[in-house]
Amino acid sequence: MKIGVVVFPGSNCDEDTLFALEQLTGKRPGIIWHKDTELGSVDLVVLPGGFSYGDYLRSGAIARFSPVMGAVVRHVERGGLLLGICNGFQVLTEARLVPGVLRHNTNRRFVCRPVHIKPATTHTLLTRQLDPDRPLQIPIAHGEGNYYIDEDGYRMILDGDQILFRYCGPNGELADEWNPNGSMGHIAGVCNKERTVFGMMPHPERASDALLGMTDGAQILSSLLGLSSVEM
Amino acid sequence: MNTDETAKALGLLPEELQKIRDTLGREPNFTELSAYSAMWSEHCSYKNSIVWLKTLPKDGERMLAKAGEENAGLVDLGDGLGCVFKIESHNHPSAIEPYQGAATGVGGINRDIFTMGARPVAQLNSLRFGDLSQERNRQLLRGVVRGIGDYGNAFGVPVVGGEVYFDECYNINPLVNAMSVGLVARDKTMSASAHGADNPVYIVGSRTGKDGIHGASFASKDLTEDSADDLPSVQVGDPFQEKLLLEASLEAIATGALIGMQDMGAAGIICSTSEMSAKGGAGMEIHLDLVPTRQEGMHAWEILLSESQERMLLVCERGHEKEIEAVFDRWDLQCVNIGTVTDTQLLRFHMHGELVAELPAESLVLGGGAPVYHREYAEPAYREAIRNFDPQTIPVPRDLQAVMDHLAGHPNLCSKRWVYEQYDHMVGTTHMTAVQQAAAAVVDVRGTEKALVLSVDCNPRYTYADPYTGAAIAVAEAARNVVCAGGDPVAITNCLNFGNPYNPGVYWQFVEAIRGMGDACRAFNTPVTGGNVSFYNQSSFEGPVFPTPVIGMLGVMDDKRQFTTLAFRQAGDFIYLIGRSSGDISGSQYLYSFHGRKDSGAPPFSLADECALHAVLREMRGRVCLESLQDVSDGGLFTALLECALPGRLGFEVVADLDVRRDAYWFGEAQGRVILSIDPLEEELLLKYLQRSALPWCKLGVVTTCEIRIDGQNHQSVAHYAGLYENSLGDAMWQDD
Repeated sequence: MKIGVVVFPGSNCDEDTLFALEQLTGKRPGIIWHKDTELGSVDLVVLPGGFSYGDYLRSGAIARFSPVMGAVVRHVERGGLLLGICNGFQVLTEARLVPGVLRHNTNRRFVCRPVHIKPATTHTLLTRQLDPDRPLQIPIAHGEGNYYIDEDGYRMILDGDQILFRYCGPNGELADEWNPNGSMGHIAGVCNKERTVFGMMPHPERASDALLGMTDGAQILSSLLGLSSVEM
Repeated sequence: MNTDETAKALGLLPEELQKIRDTLGREPNFTELSAYSAMWSEHCSYKNSIVWLKTLPKDGERMLAKAGEENAGLVDLGDGLGCVFKIESHNHPSAIEPYQGAATGVGGINRDIFTMGARPVAQLNSLRFGDLSQERNRQLLRGVVRGIGDYGNAFGVPVVGGEVYFDECYNINPLVNAMSVGLVARDKTMSASAHGADNPVYIVGSRTGKDGIHGASFASKDLTEDSADDLPSVQVGDPFQEKLLLEASLEAIATGALIGMQDMGAAGIICSTSEMSAKGGAGMEIHLDLVPTRQEGMHAWEILLSESQERMLLVCERGHEKEIEAVFDRWDLQCVNIGTVTDTQLLRFHMHGELVAELPAESLVLGGGAPVYHREYAEPAYREAIRNFDPQTIPVPRDLQAVMDHLAGHPNLCSKRWVYEQYDHMVGTTHMTAVQQAAAAVVDVRGTEKALVLSVDCNPRYTYADPYTGAAIAVAEAARNVVCAGGDPVAITNCLNFGNPYNPGVYWQFVEAIRGMGDACRAFNTPVTGGNVSFYNQSSFEGPVFPTPVIGMLGVMDDKRQFTTLAFRQAGDFIYLIGRSSGDISGSQYLYSFHGRKDSGAPPFSLADECALHAVLREMRGRVCLESLQDVSDGGLFTALLECALPGRLGFEVVADLDVRRDAYWFGEAQGRVILSIDPLEEELLLKYLQRSALPWCKLGVVTTCEIRIDGQNHQSVAHYAGLYENSLGDAMWQDD
């Protein structure tokens, strides 16, 4: 699978994402500059975390208009895969490539900590290899990760089986005390109807190295890349 | 106003004005006086501290750039890599405008790192606030933490460690010290030097505005009730610009076309032009009207002194202008040629074709013409009471449980989760202690077997009681932390926060602290690579802050497999204590806040014992399998045990091995001690090493599944302390939400 990672001005998880993907695939993905208007031949595009264009307006609101996004949209229209992590997810919602919006965390503070999530579906490339009953430990780091969608929309993503992950407790409990940002339905990630565009607030690339004490993120990335389960 | 009055209004002393007249051989104009006022301020010139700073050890075999040579110290890591690190204060701005004050402190220290060509990989900070029960102090804490978070999170460098400490002595004047650590290939370092006549001088990054003018002078006087009037002296930060500037600067260095680069911090353009020229033995012709400004009609002296953030001055080789301009263009940053290097050693500033200032570069800078003062000092009167302190007047509490609860939830000892969760401490994916706690922060050096081991330390109770011993303990504790995590101490940076240097008692604290720090650094072979002095942390209405010489230590772990964490791992493991316990409660948090006695001395400390402790720990490294290792410091043995027990929600059963007062044994803060846990099968091997050491040691007890028993008595379970330890600070802060 050919992978490209987009670098916006202000992206700061681009190198982490490149490193994690390289560790898994043995090959360094390509870098796509935000001023590029063509992607070349890639199967998967990743929008990494960070503060694209400073995010002084709503997070992701400016990046959505950047030159590269036209090419990203065409890539999706051709059936290409797209993963947005954290700020990348915010860009995806601003660009309406996945349903819903991301609001300020209910406590109005930036939150960085490892949380637990569990797959809400295994019928996507991103989650097909995951055990729906095993909570994964993955870090979050955001100020605007509070997922919201109106009632009709919520019913639609439920009916469409588009919820990728929900925040949960260490034993898989779904409860407000384990919801770090106030997200509706404890939602941590969603996909589009066509199941080709994936957005998630937690950072799988930050849980992909045994040296750092967390490896569950590598399972998510491996699932997407179609690699057999990794032993870390 | 005549020249004498103007000089006085700008904070220059009469003898300093005379020195300026002698240097120039004529009357200075207003622009020139402003330049000297900024460059000869305490903040830029170190005029009241340099005599003593020079007594600190600065040589070491790993030193590539020593103290005072560049913007930050540069240490050889081997493998063709260097490490650049430095700590700096932003106290006064943070007292007036906590959010921007703290944010620009983070921006400034990071520019010091990447101006040398290094990519910042870790940040630490040391924060001091007043009494947490006062709303203003909570507002300051909230603003400072948000400022550090918003700037650092967007900039994309993890905060890997730090301190947060509360005491009423910081009620008026909080301390905000920020440290940054960067990595650089040894052949890609950049110097802050200008040379080569006719080479072009560029200003890059943000536009220049009226913010922060006279900021260096503002930092060089007491805070008063009128300090809020100095608000324009506080700068405004833009982390997005800083991120672009970082990437563009590193790319520009990689072209090989740069001669020198220096960030613009305190005293703006006048500082970088004079320091770069003096260092390279050169001069410059600068056209101030070419500097991109935020507003029309700025005066020459305003452009010269503006402390607008996210700017760099660089000199490139004539003929390579296009290459450099292309790099900044790619990152959509301004890059404007504002002048040239000359061989005159004179700085000549022009505005609209008129020469507005002409100054010998050397005359402005530290080590050149900047004034150097010897200040008077005398032991302050409060020391008399400390010498007469009698611990016998303090009763041993009948119920130690109350003390344990007090300590577990005390803001100085409890978890700082409320703070560090607002910082991105995982970006970069090299922070090894984000979820695996250790006595010091550990950062992976990718592509090598090595890791950086980092710690910031200072206990101001000790430095107030006895500045010599307290400062030595600060170095020793940092070194102990580094060794416990699996590293070897290499070098330190320091941030010396003191009161008004013209107060002989304050200056005595400063001198004593420098002596103690120097002796400890010589003992651990950790040279001082630089740092920052912040005087005038003395509110004119409440007296000086406690002397707070913060130590930022760099250690190196040569093999990442040496990484040792602090959490107990398994019930049944044995707990050992190494080091000399004591019946002395002096200097302890317990004595200070539980009994309210603030007049005791520093805790027991011996440099020789400390070195022996580090030696035995290093000897065991890789030979004895330790399950956990943690140093004993603030809050004493009980607090250290609790810190090991909480992460895995395990308990401990321990018995004192000395016949001393029980409060001293469990809560006293005798230095030079660590606790470790081991699998019982490993005990025999451990004993071999311990028996060889001259230090006292004992088997303290065992790890339990959850219950805590001390000297045969039940003291609740770990869950009881988890609530106190993990939520106290958050609960205190949430009351305003």
